[in-house]
Amino acid sequence: MTAQVAYADVEPGTELPSRSFPVDRARLVRYAGASGDFNPIHWNERFAKDVGLPDVIAHGMFTMAEAARVVTDWTGDPGALVEYGVRFTKPVVVPDDEEGAVIEVAAKVAKKLDDEERTVQIDLTVTSAGTKVLGMSRAVVRLA
Amino acid sequence: MALDQSFVGRTYPPSRPYEVGREKIREFAEAIGDDNPAYTDVEAAKALGHPDVIAPPTFVFSITFREVEQVVRDPKLGLDWSRVVHGDQRFVYRRPVRAGDVLSVTSTIESIKSLAGNDVLDVRGEVRDPSGETVVTVRSKLVARAAEGE
Repeated sequence: MTAQVAYADVEPGTELPSRSFPVDRARLVRYAGASGDFNPIHWNERFAKDVGLPDVIAHGMFTMAEAARVVTDWTGDPGALVEYGVRFTKPVVVPDDEEGAVIEVAAKVAKKLDDEERTVQIDLTVTSAGTKVLGMSRAVVRLA
Repeated sequence: MALDQSFVGRTYPPSRPYEVGREKIREFAEAIGDDNPAYTDVEAAKALGHPDVIAPPTFVFSITFREVEQVVRDPKLGLDWSRVVHGDQRFVYRRPVRAGDVLSVTSTIESIKSLAGNDVLDVRGEVRDPSGETVVTVRSKLVARAAEGE
């Protein structure tokens, strides 16, 4: 494991580069195929509305995967990730138009956990259309 | 309807082994739009100290969710699967999942609670290699929303 960020170089409050991840219907179909999660709420508008959703919604696990990229891009080595957890608070609604939706991810170092293990806790803020879509979104990474 | 508390602590038999392939990892990485070379380029992965390409962190869920689904669909448990939503998801990694891994999942129901009429189930999946070493621990919280009129 070879994280490209040194433990000594970060402090609580250190911000990771923020990113925006666009998501459209084609992306959801592709994710359904790759992940094996074919729940129709992620690709069938008629079905989604029948079960009370405003429209097709992204897979929660897709949003979780995108949010992780802010952390793994920062560490360089995705293998530096020790723990990762989220709460699915609100769905990412993906309309059938040219734009689709956008997942916005910001993250910062919340605390340094262990000087020996060189682990830090990262807190993530994940929103779409101005609404928080993931809560309690935290990662623990081992730095160099 | 209250769920049967006797299911708490129940562990299901290990799943059929899943062999992690390089091309499946590539497909998953492309599906999430992640071009980190550790997922697709063996040399890049080796330069980071991994024996082969590694999988994106949430990839392992596509192995475990079928097992979790099997557990919560157990008719004896009495959960209304059509009302189940994914509440929380958490992973603890001993090391990253990588190409060539042969992984088996052992699922345990950790807790069953009733909160504001919703049934809340915590399921833990231990993802193990053939030697029995845990590679990833996967914890999923599933919420079955209360039926109307209850």
